Amino acid sequence: MDVLIILIKAGLVVFALLNLAGLLTWAERKQSAIMQDRVGPNRANIGKLTLAGLLHPVADGIKMITKEDFIPEGANRALHTLAPAAALFPALVVFAVIPFGDTLHLFGREIPLQVASLNVGIVYIFAISSLAVYGTMLAGWASNNNYALLGGLRASSQMISYELSIGLSILGILLIYESAQLDVIVQKQGELLWGFLPKWGIFLQPLAFLLFLGAAMAENKRAPFDMPEGESEIIGYFVEYSSMKFGMFFLAEFVEIIIVSGLTVTLFFGGWQFPYLQATGFVWPFGWGELALPHLFVVLMQVGTFAVKVLIGCWILLLIRWTLPRFRYDQIMRLGWKVWFELALINLLLTAIIVLWVT
Amino acid sequence: MEAFLFWIFAIVGVFCGGMVVWHRNPMGSAIYLVVTMLCLSGFYALLNGALVSVIQVLIYAGAVMVLMLFVIMMLNVQAASEEREGSLPVWIGAGVVGLVVLVKFALLLQYGKPPEAAEEFGTIQGVGAALFSTYVLPFELISVLLVVAVIGAVILTKRRAL
Amino acid sequence: MIPISYYLMVSAILFIIGAIGVLLRRNALIVLMSLELMLNAVNLSFVAYARLLNDMGGHVFVFLSITVAAAEAAVGLAIILAIYRAKQTIDVDHLSLMRY
Repeated sequence: MDVLIILIKAGLVVFALLNLAGLLTWAERKQSAIMQDRVGPNRANIGKLTLAGLLHPVADGIKMITKEDFIPEGANRALHTLAPAAALFPALVVFAVIPFGDTLHLFGREIPLQVASLNVGIVYIFAISSLAVYGTMLAGWASNNNYALLGGLRASSQMISYELSIGLSILGILLIYESAQLDVIVQKQGELLWGFLPKWGIFLQPLAFLLFLGAAMAENKRAPFDMPEGESEIIGYFVEYSSMKFGMFFLAEFVEIIIVSGLTVTLFFGGWQFPYLQATGFVWPFGWGELALPHLFVVLMQVGTFAVKVLIGCWILLLIRWTLPRFRYDQIMRLGWKVWFELALINLLLTAIIVLWVT
Repeated sequence: MEAFLFWIFAIVGVFCGGMVVWHRNPMGSAIYLVVTMLCLSGFYALLNGALVSVIQVLIYAGAVMVLMLFVIMMLNVQAASEEREGSLPVWIGAGVVGLVVLVKFALLLQYGKPPEAAEEFGTIQGVGAALFSTYVLPFELISVLLVVAVIGAVILTKRRAL
Repeated sequence: MIPISYYLMVSAILFIIGAIGVLLRRNALIVLMSLELMLNAVNLSFVAYARLLNDMGGHVFVFLSITVAAAEAAVGLAIILAIYRAKQTIDVDHLSLMRY
């Protein structure tokens, strides 16, 4: 029975992720259109019903499934087929440790709203995101195309350079909350600092938040760090892919946007915590009283809070993409090794000194 | 459940380990080695080694094998001209010797089921406590070794004389 | 529960496969990969014994062994690159400078 519950949770999470990724493709085009003062996608329709372009992801999906799927001549067939799967698998699996709600008491059974509560939660996230390099490298190699190979090497060296900064910037969070389990970190973000401020990560570690966001965007190969795919300037690593294999790369990129947003929300913005909402209801600070609420309503509010925060995070990431120009490749590498890495180390040192001084 | 996972990891791991050695192309061998390392990570998870399991994926499968794949791509070794070295009798002889050694191991290693593990066994707290109290000297020496390895790798690949 | 000797047998099989690879293959990259396979097999042995004897030292040694293997892979690949630049081959049979 427990295994069935875990499978249901995993299925729900993957379902939500894939649907949200499809919706994000529409959101990106619509938001970029609004920012650039144009109309955006509005042609895909059923009959006369356009739904403001919401049928465009459906049209994209149909296009990608029905295109011809070819493997270039002289390419390694097994690796060419394996690369999109190797790119999509880590993106979907990372969400297994992100909590999207507090424990749910249903029919006398406690159901933690998280697929797997690992003791080594954060290190698991680093491990899975370091597996994401294989998709790009194998795609570049297996295409039997010099330009794709160079694009693949560019992409993978950028990804492994920024993995370091991601790891180091999270260590400050580990020091403060004294646990690597993500549900414990989110629980501890419900406590109050100086009596009224929730202990969210952004208040305790602002520099780590900026470093983590930038490094995660670079790992995701997302503008302004999208030199490897560089849409209109340079050949990317998936140039020899068509139809659903390209669709899988595309989907992997958008699922990773949701993951970056989800991780940022969990570690720095309190996860599913609504300010001053405890398991029994609202508890206002400064002794202003309480407001008791039924359990199911509280859990629904917490899951809803998490969803809203993740959506706001995705919106901010899309906003950054369409605002900033792209970096040159040598600028990206110089930033990764000479600026981000040092700032993450300095942040870790300062955090360690402050934690020692306070306790 | 544990038996099912063990046999899957064992069969896939041993098969991919064999293919690492048997495959002609270094690229294919590298991919098989990555799969073997992921199977080993599964074994560590079955043996209550939570931290070692994710560290194996993070460092071995995620960094060391990426480095090897980089070098294989840069060297761009041609596989078409490569025949499998050693004639078939040599391989069969090696296999027989390996089987004899394996039978000797099987007769020696006769451990049964392990006792229940403690609560903090294999967790970050457990490994950290051991690493910073009993094994702190090897830990510091490893950091020196890593610096030496970085310097060595940089010097060995410089094109002009240093 | 699986008896610990099963894990040790898998470790022994992988170690023997790695040893055969180191001895019989000529491509230096594949020799290096077989060496990594041997190190991994020994790590599995360490973790299995740590579970049997309830001693964290096994996990700590695996930690250090992974680190040493990473450093050795980096330096080994740098050496292979330098050799390839000098002699245009990575066939270990052609790299011997001895007469016989």
